[in-house]
Amino acid sequence: MIKAILIFNNHGKPRLSKFYQPYSEDTQQQIIRETFHLVSKRDENVCNFLEGGLLIGGSDNKLIYRHYATLYFVFCVDSSESELGILDLIQRWFFHSLEHVGNSVVTVFPLWLSQIFEEEGVLSMHKVFVETLDKCFENVCELDLIFHVDKVHNILAEMVMGGMVLETNMNEIVTQIDAQNKLEKSETFIFQSPRQDR
Amino acid sequence: MVASSLKLQELIQEIREAKTQAQEREVIQKECAHIRASFRDGDPLHSHRQLAKLLYAHMLGYPAHFGQMECLKLIASPRFTDKRVGYLGAMLLLDERQDAHLLITNSIKNDLSQGIEAVQGLALCTLSTMGSAEMCRDLAPEVEKLLLQPSAYVRKKAVLTAVHMIRKVPELSDIFLPPCAQLLHERHHGILLGTVTLITELCERSPAALKHFRKVVPQLVHTLRTLVMTGCSTEHSVSGVSDPFLQVQILRLLRILGRNHEESSETMNDLLAQVATNTDASRNAGSAVLFETVLTIMDIRSAAGLRVLAVNILGRFLLNSDRNIRYVALTSLLKLVQSDHSAVQRHRPTVVECLREPDASLSRRALELSLALVNSSNVRTMTQELQGFLESCPPDLRADCASGILLAAERFAPTKRWHIDTILRVLTTAGTYVRDDAVANLIQLIGGAQELHAYSVRRLYSALAEDISQQPLVQVAAWCIGEYGDLLLEGTCEETEPLQVEEDVVLALLERVLQSHMSLPATRGYALTALMKLSTRLHGDNNRICQVMSIYGSCQDVELQQRAVEYNALFRKYDHLRAAVLEKMPLVERGGPQVNEAAKESKEVAQLSEAAPVPTETQVRGPGYPWGKSMVQLPYPALTLLPSLQASKLLDLLDLLDGPSENAQHPPPLDPTPGDTLIHLLDLPCTPLPSAPIPNLKVFEREGLQLTLSFVRPPGTPTLLLITVTATNTSGGDVTHFICQVAVPKSFQLQLQAPSGDTVPAQGGLPMTQLLRILNPNKAPLRLKLRLTYDHFGQSVQEIFEVNNLPVETWQ
Repeated sequence: MIKAILIFNNHGKPRLSKFYQPYSEDTQQQIIRETFHLVSKRDENVCNFLEGGLLIGGSDNKLIYRHYATLYFVFCVDSSESELGILDLIQRWFFHSLEHVGNSVVTVFPLWLSQIFEEEGVLSMHKVFVETLDKCFENVCELDLIFHVDKVHNILAEMVMGGMVLETNMNEIVTQIDAQNKLEKSETFIFQSPRQDR
Repeated sequence: MVASSLKLQELIQEIREAKTQAQEREVIQKECAHIRASFRDGDPLHSHRQLAKLLYAHMLGYPAHFGQMECLKLIASPRFTDKRVGYLGAMLLLDERQDAHLLITNSIKNDLSQGIEAVQGLALCTLSTMGSAEMCRDLAPEVEKLLLQPSAYVRKKAVLTAVHMIRKVPELSDIFLPPCAQLLHERHHGILLGTVTLITELCERSPAALKHFRKVVPQLVHTLRTLVMTGCSTEHSVSGVSDPFLQVQILRLLRILGRNHEESSETMNDLLAQVATNTDASRNAGSAVLFETVLTIMDIRSAAGLRVLAVNILGRFLLNSDRNIRYVALTSLLKLVQSDHSAVQRHRPTVVECLREPDASLSRRALELSLALVNSSNVRTMTQELQGFLESCPPDLRADCASGILLAAERFAPTKRWHIDTILRVLTTAGTYVRDDAVANLIQLIGGAQELHAYSVRRLYSALAEDISQQPLVQVAAWCIGEYGDLLLEGTCEETEPLQVEEDVVLALLERVLQSHMSLPATRGYALTALMKLSTRLHGDNNRICQVMSIYGSCQDVELQQRAVEYNALFRKYDHLRAAVLEKMPLVERGGPQVNEAAKESKEVAQLSEAAPVPTETQVRGPGYPWGKSMVQLPYPALTLLPSLQASKLLDLLDLLDGPSENAQHPPPLDPTPGDTLIHLLDLPCTPLPSAPIPNLKVFEREGLQLTLSFVRPPGTPTLLLITVTATNTSGGDVTHFICQVAVPKSFQLQLQAPSGDTVPAQGGLPMTQLLRILNPNKAPLRLKLRLTYDHFGQSVQEIFEVNNLPVETWQ
């Protein structure tokens, strides 16, 4: 089971947090801080798995994380999840989030890159992608996610539900999201107010 | 109504422009005030936007509970835009600990039954994330209906919601079990994934369900085979592997179903072999599938050949250059090490290699696995490796590594000397990280290995001379030097280089430990006692030691002060007892935590050297009390070997002994029992003291219980007489609740000290002793009256008698 999903930046500022077990607000913030503390100590060339901290940890739990440019994506899972599987999941979620939330030019980039990576293999493309982003766009991917965090939530909700993996077929997810967005747009239309981003 | 309300992006932009935490707080608080006003006044067009902003603030850690009601309102609104944000808010702000969460049950119920896919999806998502037990119970029938809905999207979500519901309310398994078999025939991968998860959950909860679902094994095998064989349906494939997630889930379920079940295992065998050989492991996705396959093969009743294949796959993964793969390989091997120990042993060298990884996650796994792989044949090499690791590993692993090495050494030590060496090395390398009982264990170990005393003390002395900062090492070394100081100075030991040690140097070293600011109070206690013991082991005069004792007699630390004062007293007043008291300790039996305590206690006890208890009581004297007596409380440690020492109570005055009384019982005269121990409060077998000039006196016997008095007149104080009352029991029944009270004539002063216990066990068990101090300033003839109360053979007994025939030497 997935206990929590966190995205935060290189300074520990939360960009998305979703907990699948009830924790008080204070505990949630503590968990974010502690996770950031653990994950930020890691080098670049080590594996993507960490034993969990004290709050959300315990002998059964571990952190699976990926670091993209200025963002950490962290899944806190227990031993019933496949570690490599989750790693893949993070990858795809990240790419497809970018694809669908961004307004800026860079979002075209990941779509092309993600297709390549799926053919060539995760690790090599991951490196290439991150390095390219770093060189050309600096904080861009983070900004996209920041400004459209609710959309990222929506995408996540189509992939993981109740702490369990729901759907991994990206096309399905994309279709659903598009349908929902259309529904939203049609409603604002009815109310005759100018189309607004929330 | 607030006219200008920010869009979410604008708010985010403002927050990002804040330069400091305080500024950010200001911005957010201002905005929250607006939001609160807007909620209050009602703003149906924009409330979704307000809530979205509030959720953003909530993510950053600001309070947002006032938005909970707004979530409810938005959920109830007919617009999808509102519902979307409302449900998101419900998932983030509401949880089962607040009563408010129940209010959305109705809305969810409506939304579940009203037919728009997207809305149903939202409701199901929320229910599965924060649904409490009550909600689940209420809504179970709705969800069950949705399992039959035409829309695959809704079915998929309903199945996964069912899993959540079962977790919250296990009884709901009954509702959700029947549809499973049918759902397994679905084509849609999302539904399949959910169904397999659901079946897994059901099987894990109930053995009956497990049995029931064994019949779907063929169906699962078929599905998996299709996935593996058919070329990738590009929709689901990840780098050439079709739907690895689904494959992994099916493999897990097969593992559960095939465990301990011959028939199911048979059915899966071929398929597992196929997956293991055909899956392309050069990509992450393929590796994920392969790992699950390996674990499944090892867990079910699979053919031997298949198992070999599986472990070899793991071995290959261990050599993979990708760290993630190595990590998962180590984790898998750890899962297998108990059940397939010999298979995993084959990969020991590679595992040990992984100890040298710079990556902390990997080295931690490697450490756990290495410790699990230690056995009697490889213990020497493994310990060598682990010691090397201990020297360079990150601090958070040190404690585990140290205790792991010590445990392994204990279980598999080939020789005692190797064991001592190993512990010594661990203490030197990582002394501060070892557990507290390591010191006691080592001491006990050394004490028991008689032939190694000389060796141990020399090695410890050398180690101590180099470094006095590692406390456990210092403690053990101090103890050893104290005990075996004579071996250190005299005699040669073949096993170490010849070491010329001067007495002064040894003393200086111990003094250095005493004075060092790095030494813990406990360590100093050890050092002080060691110095004291050396006073009997060494040949020089003891001036230096005496000096130290008198200095520490005014030490700030109460424990040290007490010890020093007691040792001082040993020097000054009880010098003739010193040798016996400071003798070498006998070996203490080890048997577990309780006995370890005893070992610790006897150590403490020997170090406290009870020979000359320093009375801290008050003396009662004076005309008001014809029979001067009072009880004394001494802080003796509680022993597990002996019944705990009780604080003695104040006695009633016994009215007796005005003059020679005729009705006193005359105890039958008996030979004095030879070889009595003197200060026997702690029943450590001591050699008999040089025979007291005053013969012992047996004063009482009844049904096997005997009371004997032994006397000492300390040379320095002519008016003082020390009497030890010893009670022995040769009968078949224990004597319990034994209390002995003593009265003396008027001119005497009596102090009774705490007895060693109140039980005298049967068949010649541990005698009970009690010390009396009698001051006889007038040198009057001594008479005693004793009153005994105890239980023996189920009866309570009271005996009062006089002792008149005390030897003359006791009072002249």
